[in-house]
Amino acid sequence: MTQTLERATTPDDPQGPRPRIRSKLVPRRRALAPYLLILPALTALAVVLLWPIVQMVWMSLHDYGLRQLQGQEAEWNGFAHYTAVLTDARFWEIFRNTIVVCLAMVVVTMVLGTLVGILLNKLPTWASTILGLGLMLAWATPVISAAIVYRWLFDTRYGLFNSIMAALPDWLVGSGWEEFNWFNSPSTLFPILIVTVVWQSFPFVAISVLAGLKSIPNELYEAARMDGAGAWKSFWNVTFPMLRPLFALLLVLQVIWDFRIFTQLFILAGGVTNREVALLPVYIYQLGFASTPPNYGMGSAIAVIMTVLVLAITAYYLRVMIRQGETR
Amino acid sequence: MNNVHRMRRTAGRVGLYTAALAVLAFAVFPVYWVLATALRPTGEIFTREPTLLPRTITFEHFERVLSGVLIPGTSFWSFLTNSLIVTLGAVIVAALLSLLAAVGVARYRFRLRSVFIVLLLVIQMVPVEALIISLFVNFFHLGRTLDMELVNNLAGVFVVYVAVSLPITILMVRNFVNAVPKDLEEAAAIDGAGSWTIFWRILMPLVAPGLAAASIFAFITCWNEFVVAFTFLQNNTGAYTLPISLQYYFGAVSIEWGSIMAASTLLTVPVMIFFLIVQRRMVSGLTMGAVKG
Repeated sequence: MTQTLERATTPDDPQGPRPRIRSKLVPRRRALAPYLLILPALTALAVVLLWPIVQMVWMSLHDYGLRQLQGQEAEWNGFAHYTAVLTDARFWEIFRNTIVVCLAMVVVTMVLGTLVGILLNKLPTWASTILGLGLMLAWATPVISAAIVYRWLFDTRYGLFNSIMAALPDWLVGSGWEEFNWFNSPSTLFPILIVTVVWQSFPFVAISVLAGLKSIPNELYEAARMDGAGAWKSFWNVTFPMLRPLFALLLVLQVIWDFRIFTQLFILAGGVTNREVALLPVYIYQLGFASTPPNYGMGSAIAVIMTVLVLAITAYYLRVMIRQGETR
Repeated sequence: MNNVHRMRRTAGRVGLYTAALAVLAFAVFPVYWVLATALRPTGEIFTREPTLLPRTITFEHFERVLSGVLIPGTSFWSFLTNSLIVTLGAVIVAALLSLLAAVGVARYRFRLRSVFIVLLLVIQMVPVEALIISLFVNFFHLGRTLDMELVNNLAGVFVVYVAVSLPITILMVRNFVNAVPKDLEEAAAIDGAGSWTIFWRILMPLVAPGLAAASIFAFITCWNEFVVAFTFLQNNTGAYTLPISLQYYFGAVSIEWGSIMAASTLLTVPVMIFFLIVQRRMVSGLTMGAVKG
């Protein structure tokens, strides 16, 4: 063990500075101390999150269903799950939908969030406080409550949105809104899903961007104005370069968060049984739990694919974090 | 010339406030609609011509949620108790474990230190939604080995919540420990204070706000968690937490929107309160120093 110590006294050292005679014992105890301190947390993480990752990979390479869950030996099947998945047209359709929906959520969230952040910065304090509180309401709403209220707003028969559309003149919005079902097909459900997710995520971006904007010295904008730059130019020449690390981080977080959307879709689609409107996380769930018989192996193969994609994005996040010195 | 300038400025200001109002309406309206639905009589909910403001205010939906029976053998209070047990339990344990780990990471240099931090950053990103199958299988088997039921039981959910909360709480608390000057502790040591005293008298008071913020963070995450609870507890209605009890309303033939909105309000209130307390740290916690707010 070659750890170096920074301090004379350590928090786990019950008697404080030790008498000389026992000094030989001290280095060893101190070398162990950090490991003992992280051990409980590490154990919990290993059992709950690390081991299941290993198991997920293992299951994806075996025939794994209800019988294997009950204890029967699982049979190695090579990469059969992966070849099945990758040649399955349905998988690719869901994969494409996931990417498209996720990108739409991220782009709208980032653009709207940035604009609102700039707006907050321009408003006088009283107005930005009120708007900030309003944003906080949307942000703090539990995911499931948000999904439920959007399902209610767009309810087929009594939803507010359909009622308004039905009340508006037909020449403006067309007819047939009285019984319009938004939740049956992907082309109408996904837009509502996107609105639901954006509604909850743009406040975080807006408030982060506001905090970033406040850290930019005013002289930079003045200098830009002297050079004759308008609002658009000074955003791209001053704000954006200054906040580039923040934007990078927000972008990565949004992509990862939006990629794993499950609860909102579960509520909007009324469970996981609707095969028409799945995204990757829901598809994993359908294969693993909502199909008869459950196919844990196949579900795991898709979960592995999803995890690899997330980890690839995380690698970029890590780079940002390491640059910021978070791992030091 | 001057007039044109002033007109332009006024127009700009009008545009600014109009935009602000539009954003405010977009953000607040759904929250308002939850309350407006929860507080109006059923007759006003199931109508093709809904009014923006409730014509009559009633608490009948709240009463039905609080005293009625959604699923035989359960009540709102059993969902609430389950949610509180599993969330508070997980938060307390996670706070304890993360305090230890944060001190270990912030106060010592050891070989696996960076590895541990990178592990936290990575694992924080691994989606539980992808892990859900192996989590279920893993806990099913672990329960068998230990001869106890971890699936279909709050115990399993509790353990998952502890682990899921750990990465972000450790990283947050670590920043607070880092911020405590070492000179303070060294000075106390010179004055003859033992490590235990140093820990409780010097470190703890300074780290406590951070620990509280991190705990509230973890509380919100666990309180809202859906997919793990739904997967693990599906067949044991007695162990349902609040979020999955909400999902149950959709199984009915005709959906009782008044009751759902009342129940949803009750789920949301604690989160809103905690959110207001930690709102400042929300941003810095999630972006980890990319914004010095």
